[in-house]
Amino acid sequence: MPYPMKHAMAATFALLGAFGGTSHASSSGPDIAHFTLANGLEVVVIPDHRTPVITHMVWYRVGAADETPGKSGLAHFLEHLLFKGTKKNPQGLFSQTVATIGGQENAFTSSDYTGYFQRTSREHLKMLMEFEADRMTGLVLTDDVVKPELQVVLEEQNMRVANNPGARLSEQMEAALYLNHPYGRPIIGWRQEIEKLTSEDALAFYRRFYTPNNAVLIVAGDVTADEVKKLAEATYGQVARVTEVAPRVRPQEPVHEAPRTVTLADPRVREPSVQRYYLVPSYTTAKPGESETIEVLAHILGRGSNSRLYQKLVVEKGVAVNASAGYSGSALDDTRMYVAGTPKSGISLGQMEDAIDGVLDEVAQGGVTAEELDRAKTRLIADAVYAQDNQGTLARWYGAALTTGGSVDQVRTWPDRIRAVTAEQVRDAARRWFDKRRSVTGYLVKELQSVEKRS
Amino acid sequence: MIVHWQRALGVALRCGALALILAALAPQPAAATTKIERFITPAGIEVWLVRDPAVPLIALNFAFRGGSAQDPAEKAGTANMMASLLDEGAGELDATAFHERIERKAIELSLTTGRETIRGTLRTLKENQDEAFDLLRLALNAPRFDASAVERIRAQIISRLQRQSTNPNEIASRTWWGTAFPGHPYGRPMNGTVESVASITADDMRSYLKRVLTRDTLKIGIVGDIDAATAGRLVDRAFATLPAQSTLAPLAEALRNVTPQGIGRLILVDLDVPQAVVTFGGLGIKRSDPDFMSAYLMSHVLGGGSFTSRLYREIREKRGLAYGVSSNLIWLDHSAVTLGGTATRSDATKETIELIEAEFARMAKEGPTQEELDKAKTYLKGSFALGLDTSTKIANQLVSMQLDNLGIDYIERRSALIDAVTLADTKRVAKRLLGDGLLVAVVGKPQGVTPR
Repeated sequence: MPYPMKHAMAATFALLGAFGGTSHASSSGPDIAHFTLANGLEVVVIPDHRTPVITHMVWYRVGAADETPGKSGLAHFLEHLLFKGTKKNPQGLFSQTVATIGGQENAFTSSDYTGYFQRTSREHLKMLMEFEADRMTGLVLTDDVVKPELQVVLEEQNMRVANNPGARLSEQMEAALYLNHPYGRPIIGWRQEIEKLTSEDALAFYRRFYTPNNAVLIVAGDVTADEVKKLAEATYGQVARVTEVAPRVRPQEPVHEAPRTVTLADPRVREPSVQRYYLVPSYTTAKPGESETIEVLAHILGRGSNSRLYQKLVVEKGVAVNASAGYSGSALDDTRMYVAGTPKSGISLGQMEDAIDGVLDEVAQGGVTAEELDRAKTRLIADAVYAQDNQGTLARWYGAALTTGGSVDQVRTWPDRIRAVTAEQVRDAARRWFDKRRSVTGYLVKELQSVEKRS
Repeated sequence: MIVHWQRALGVALRCGALALILAALAPQPAAATTKIERFITPAGIEVWLVRDPAVPLIALNFAFRGGSAQDPAEKAGTANMMASLLDEGAGELDATAFHERIERKAIELSLTTGRETIRGTLRTLKENQDEAFDLLRLALNAPRFDASAVERIRAQIISRLQRQSTNPNEIASRTWWGTAFPGHPYGRPMNGTVESVASITADDMRSYLKRVLTRDTLKIGIVGDIDAATAGRLVDRAFATLPAQSTLAPLAEALRNVTPQGIGRLILVDLDVPQAVVTFGGLGIKRSDPDFMSAYLMSHVLGGGSFTSRLYREIREKRGLAYGVSSNLIWLDHSAVTLGGTATRSDATKETIELIEAEFARMAKEGPTQEELDKAKTYLKGSFALGLDTSTKIANQLVSMQLDNLGIDYIERRSALIDAVTLADTKRVAKRLLGDGLLVAVVGKPQGVTPR
């Protein structure tokens, strides 16, 4: 089961001219503005005037990897609690207002960031900013709202993880991959630690991390930079810094010396599968060009039905029902690349794994073809053009980059850097990063004895 | 690290046909970008087009009537398998060559099977539009159904069915539909069963294709940097050579215009999972019913997709019993249902079901309040534009409006339709739809829940 993967960090403009090797006269991407308010709040404006709609997002540079050990799940729990109201706007008023005007809202938490967003028609921007600025520092929590919300989060853990054998395996694999870094903890938290989280925990975390100088405001849609600047200064600009935020230095990984394996057995598993995570650099920790190379490598190996893994294992050898690979590059610290396969019936997980290894070896030894390289780059760069059609996607790309150590410029120039990747670099990346000592292999099975001994 | 823990379940509101008014919302001239042009191509195909020169891409959405309801009774899953194979080799191109052509130009083509439609989307950069429509033509007119591709896709579908066979959400859904529509195409699983999929042949799929993928039921929406003349030429290139007339299998008289069965029952399926999954539903309303808009507003108050519905408040916010809970209207050609879902721990399942049933009963008895109705109206009007902010979404709306026979002026009329609904309308329709109660399917090991 493929790790949920996003094609993070991509860009939107200045790229059309060179797309696919032909020239484009017709269009360029949005003219993105980027500035910082006096209180330290960073602002990105992504104009898209096609529809009178806006996407308003606030991203905080805090996620599950910033939690104190023993309090796993706190970043995500706090995300839920941000909907519980402030002194000025009691519980439910923000959500009711957004609903009444026909808006959409939600929030999300990753290991590195926590974000809140609304989508509404354009004339409501100021009001959204007032509400969001208010809950940046004005949260009020009482046990009568916090306790039921903790139950909600436990049900969320049931739904996403406990009820799902594949998700349980992924959790175990991440914990095994990271020997020292907090990325090994589940974002939603370990259940026994979630159960003990309190209002006090949440408020202490809030005061440590929720401050304008630790946040990024992204406004995409039918707006101008001038307009956003004026409104942001009148709303967010009035929020005083709560605290200075310490640099995000997390415990780093030691040298990995031993491949790990993890087996999860559940009677509900009908289709055994195997997957492997490799520890690899992220866009932030990589040397220049390295992440882009891994992005291209993962694409050639495992995205779509002309990928190496699919062609070799599903089409040619017929040993797998499915096979894929992917890379989640936007992270503050070292991240993962995955490869995965579901064997056909009659093929063991060991045979499946050997077949995957065979394909990885081929790429490491023989490299990739010019056509594979070209196709992968074309597709990745096209992602950035297609993203121009979706203000929400653009807002997410910039938000994720700016909260994981990236910059607006890095997002902008991403297609150029993808274009510069060479076949030789891809082969070298395969040699370097497909190192089993830096990996964990996970088996999803029905019964433990069904995993055969590897020789 | 990219796993996102969304605060709310992404239970999609089925509001495909409920495009709200853009013009009314937005006095800005920007709104003019959604002007719909309707024209007939030289080959006689109707096209709805929205021109949008801002981004150099073309989004096409299209639909044929048919869907899984047209599967032969003993071969459930035919439409789904057929649709999965259209891009697995066509014309001179085998599967690998076809995918290579698609990927080399970063073209996106996908087909999805619904109960009564087969819908497709094509997205391409403008500069590759000819290649994209050529490949679409091949896929629709000359799919190969090579044995190797058929067996490969069959194995993938069966693999998925095997996985779903122990997935509580899937079991709950199948149980609900199977109980509500016994002996009816709606009661059959859209993707089939392991046995039925094993029996589907290339000829079955060719026959389905010839019967269903025809010009008479075709609906088309295009959005992008393209004019009507070019759009007409490209549409004809892809669709003009399809058969003119469909031969849809008629539904037996007894299966037409049916209401869901089993209202009042509770079906329990034992599965060893910590969290019980609950699917619940009852009567719905046809899209063509004069009371549709009243029902839609009432349903939004009860269980609609925002954080403010009655179900959300009672189940999640006040008591923390579930992460997500919602209910929506689903309308079909020959029936209509209200369908909802939630998931909760074993020792809270009984209470949760009782609360849901109480909210349905309260709505049936009292209807919404004036304040709730007013808010639902502003929600429905205001959320329109959000469904139209990408080319793909607009193209999808253009086709949904045609499938639901709403008329090209629907967008202009819609606000008035919403405003015309009175509190009495919503009370009347609540009693009519919800008064009989619910059919509930529960999967898990809930404590104290007894089948009835």
